[in-house]
Amino acid sequence: MNILSGIFDWLTSADNWSGAGGIPQRMLEHLTYSVVALALAAVIALPLGLWIGHTGRLAFLVVNLSNAARALPTVGVLILAVALVGIGFTPVLLALVALAVPPILVNTYEGVRSVDPTVPAAAKGMGMRGPQILLRAEVPVALPAILLGLRTAAVQTISTATIAALVSLGGLGRFVFDGLARSEYDQVAGGAVLVAALAIAAEGLFTLLMITLVSPGVRRRST
Amino acid sequence: MWPAMITFEHVTKRYPDGTVAVEDLDLVCPTGQITVFVGPSGCGKTTSLRMINRLLEPTEGRILVDGNDVRERDASVLRRDMGYVIQQAGLFPHRTVLDNVATVPMLLGVSRKEARRSAAEQLERVGLVPELGKRYPYQLSGGQQQRVGVARALAADPPIMLMDEPFSAVDPVVRGDLQREFLRLQDDIGKTIVFVTHDVDEAVKLGDQIAVFATGGHLVQVDTPERLLAAPANEFVADFLGGDRGIRRLTFLASDRVGLDESDVVDSTVAPGLLEALGDAGRDWALLVGADRHAVGWVPTSGVPAAAAARPVERTFNPAADSLRVALDSALLSPAGRAVAVDDDGRVLGTAAHADILRAVTDEVARSQRVEAAS
Amino acid sequence: MNWEWVTGHLPLIGQLLGEHVFLSVLPVVIGLAVSLPLGIVCSRYPALYGPVLLLTSVLYAVPSLALFVFLLGVTGLHTTTVVIPLALYTLSVLVRNVVDGMRSVPDAVRDAAVGMGFGPLRRLVQVELPIAVPLIMAGTRVATVSNISMVSIGALLGFGGLGQLFTTYGIQLNFFLTAILTGVVLTVALAVAADTIIVGIQRLLTPWAPRGAGR
Repeated sequence: MNILSGIFDWLTSADNWSGAGGIPQRMLEHLTYSVVALALAAVIALPLGLWIGHTGRLAFLVVNLSNAARALPTVGVLILAVALVGIGFTPVLLALVALAVPPILVNTYEGVRSVDPTVPAAAKGMGMRGPQILLRAEVPVALPAILLGLRTAAVQTISTATIAALVSLGGLGRFVFDGLARSEYDQVAGGAVLVAALAIAAEGLFTLLMITLVSPGVRRRST
Repeated sequence: MWPAMITFEHVTKRYPDGTVAVEDLDLVCPTGQITVFVGPSGCGKTTSLRMINRLLEPTEGRILVDGNDVRERDASVLRRDMGYVIQQAGLFPHRTVLDNVATVPMLLGVSRKEARRSAAEQLERVGLVPELGKRYPYQLSGGQQQRVGVARALAADPPIMLMDEPFSAVDPVVRGDLQREFLRLQDDIGKTIVFVTHDVDEAVKLGDQIAVFATGGHLVQVDTPERLLAAPANEFVADFLGGDRGIRRLTFLASDRVGLDESDVVDSTVAPGLLEALGDAGRDWALLVGADRHAVGWVPTSGVPAAAAARPVERTFNPAADSLRVALDSALLSPAGRAVAVDDDGRVLGTAAHADILRAVTDEVARSQRVEAAS
Repeated sequence: MNWEWVTGHLPLIGQLLGEHVFLSVLPVVIGLAVSLPLGIVCSRYPALYGPVLLLTSVLYAVPSLALFVFLLGVTGLHTTTVVIPLALYTLSVLVRNVVDGMRSVPDAVRDAAVGMGFGPLRRLVQVELPIAVPLIMAGTRVATVSNISMVSIGALLGFGGLGQLFTTYGIQLNFFLTAILTGVVLTVALAVAADTIIVGIQRLLTPWAPRGAGR
C-alpha cells in the first residue's frame, strides 16, 4: 500500500506540476514524440496497406516483413539509430515508427482483403472505378480493422516513447529513468502511471472513433 | 431392433417472455414410419422435434417413447439412441469423414476399430465411396456433407431418427437425389423418423404421415399426404398446400386402370397400308418400336416409318408402378398427345390418349372416395 | 562489423540467447495456462467477458518498462520481475483469442454435438477446443513474437537476454555497433524461428483446416 500512497503523493505534489521538467512539459514532449511518430507511420502504412489489400500485389512479402518487424527490439533499434546518426529526435522517431508501422500495415491489409468479395464486385458492376471502389466500398467496410490497427499502434507508441529518455531526450520516461538512477521509486512509478494513463486515453479515443466513424451496418463486436 | 413409437401428450412449450412455441400438442408418430412436421416459420415444428431428444424441455405435458417419458433418462444417453440430422449437417470440421460417422458408436463405448468399420459400411449405405472417409468435411460438396450427416445419424443403428430440414440447404437437383435415396434407404431400415421441413412438396413426397403446424404452435391437421391433398381440414391448410393441390393429388392415384391401345404401335416391317389406315382413322402419329419392343420414337403416319425421322419419346409410364400424374405428363409431352405405357423391362405395352387418362382419373377419385366412406 | 568480437564472445552470446528464450517462452506457457480456462469461462458467461476485456486492455496499455519497475519494488531484482509482466501481456492477447476461438465453433456443430449426446465436458474437450485451436495458435504467435521483442527492455534492469547486448555491450562500450547489430539480428531471427515452430505445431494439430486458415 505504501507504494500506492507514494505514487499518490508524488502525483499530487505541486512542485512536480510546474516549471521546466514538470509533469505538463514532460507530457507535452511525450505526446509530441508519439503523435509525430504515429502520423508518420500512418502516412507510410495506410496507403501501402490499402494498395496491397486492394490489388493483392506484394501481399506475401509485405505481411511477412511486417511480422518480422514486429519482433524488432525497440530498445535495440533506438540504440542502433543513435549509434548511426547520433543523439537527437531522429533516432527516437525511427524506433517508434518502426514499432508503429507493422500493426497499421497488417490490419489495413487484412481489413481490405477480408471485405466480402461481392462488395467490390457490386461496386464495379455499378460503374465505379478502382479508386472509387476502394474509397467508397472497401474502406468503409474495412474501417473497424483499420482503426484497430491504428489503436494498437497508438497504444504501443505512447507506452514505448518512454525510452526516449534513455538517450537523453524528454518525455514522461524522464521520471522513470531519473527515478531509477536516484532510486526514487515513487517518481519511477508515478511516471509509469502517467504513461499508462496517456495510453489508456488513446485507447479510449480510438474506441470512440470506432463508434462514431464506423457505419452501424458494418459494426462488429469489436471493442 | 425394438419398436419405437413417439407420443406427444398435451405438450406445450412456453418461453419465459410469454411466447408460446407449441400449444397443447397431441400426436403419435407411428413405429417404422416417416412423420413429417410441416408449416411456415415460427410454427413450432422444430421446437417440437427438439423436445423429443430433450434439446428443449416442454413446459407442460410429456413425450413418450414406447410409453416411457423421455425425461426419465439422462439426456445425453437418450440422445445417443436417436439419430439427429440438421440443416447445416454440423459435421465436426476437425475429424475425418469416417471419424465423424463413427462418433456416436464411440460415445457408446464401441472400440475405435469397430466403430470405423461400421462407419465405412454406413458411408456405402448413403452412396459415398469409401475413399471419401479419409477426407475432411471442408473437402466435400454440400450434398456429400448431408449424406455424411445422415450416415453419422444412422451409425449406431438407432430406432429413431430426428431430421431437422436435412435437405433444405442443397440445390434442387441434389435435393431430389437425396430425397429419392432417403426413401430407398428407409425401405431397408424402417426407422421411426420425424422429419421437419417447410417445403410442402418435400412433405408430400416423403411423409407416410404429415402433421401441419400453424403459426403459434397449433397442430392443424395430421393425415396421409393423399388425404391431406384431397381434404385439407381448413383454409389455412389448403392455402399452405398451394395452388396445384388437385394436380398433385394425381401422384397418389394408380395408373394401372388406364385403357391402352396397341393399334398404333408399329415396327419397321409395317406395311404402308396400315399406316395409311391409321392416318385415315385420324391418327397423325404412330409409335415406332425396335425388335426388342423398346420405343424408338413417334413417326408421322403420312411418311416412311424410319428411325431417323422419329420424334423422341420424352417420358413413359409404367402402369404397375407409376401414378396418373406420370401418365398425364407422358401424354402432354408427346407430339401425338398420347402417353406411352411400358412394363418393368421398358417394353412398350401400348399408348393412351389424354381422354383415356382423364377417364381413369375420374374412376380413381370415385374409388378412393368410396374407400374413404367405407373406412 | 567487428567479426572478431563476435567469434570471441560466442559463449556469452549463446548464454544471452538461452536466457532470452527462457524469458520469452515461460510467460507464454504461463499465459496459456491462465487464459485457456479464463477464456472458456468468459465464452460461457458473456457477462464476465466485458470486465475481463476491459482489464486486459488496460493492462496492455501499461508500458512494459513501468510494469518491470513497479514489480522491482515488489519482487526485488529477479527473473520474475520480467516474467510476470510478459505473462500478463500474453494473457491479455490470448484471452481474446480463446474467446474468439470458442465463438468460432459453428452453431450447427455445437447443436449436432449436443444432439448426438455429448455432455458439456466431453463437448469442450473433443469438439470445441480442437476447433478453437487455429485462433488460439494465432494469438500464441502474436504473443510469442512480441514477448521476444519486449524481453530486451528488461535489459534496462539487467534481465534482458540479448537486450544486454544493447545496454551493457552497446551503450556502455560507447555505442559499440557490432554488439548492437548482433542483438537486433539475433532477436529477429529468434522471433522468426519461434513463429515458424508454432506454425509447424499448428499444422500438426489441425490437419483438418483448409489451407490458408489461421494466419
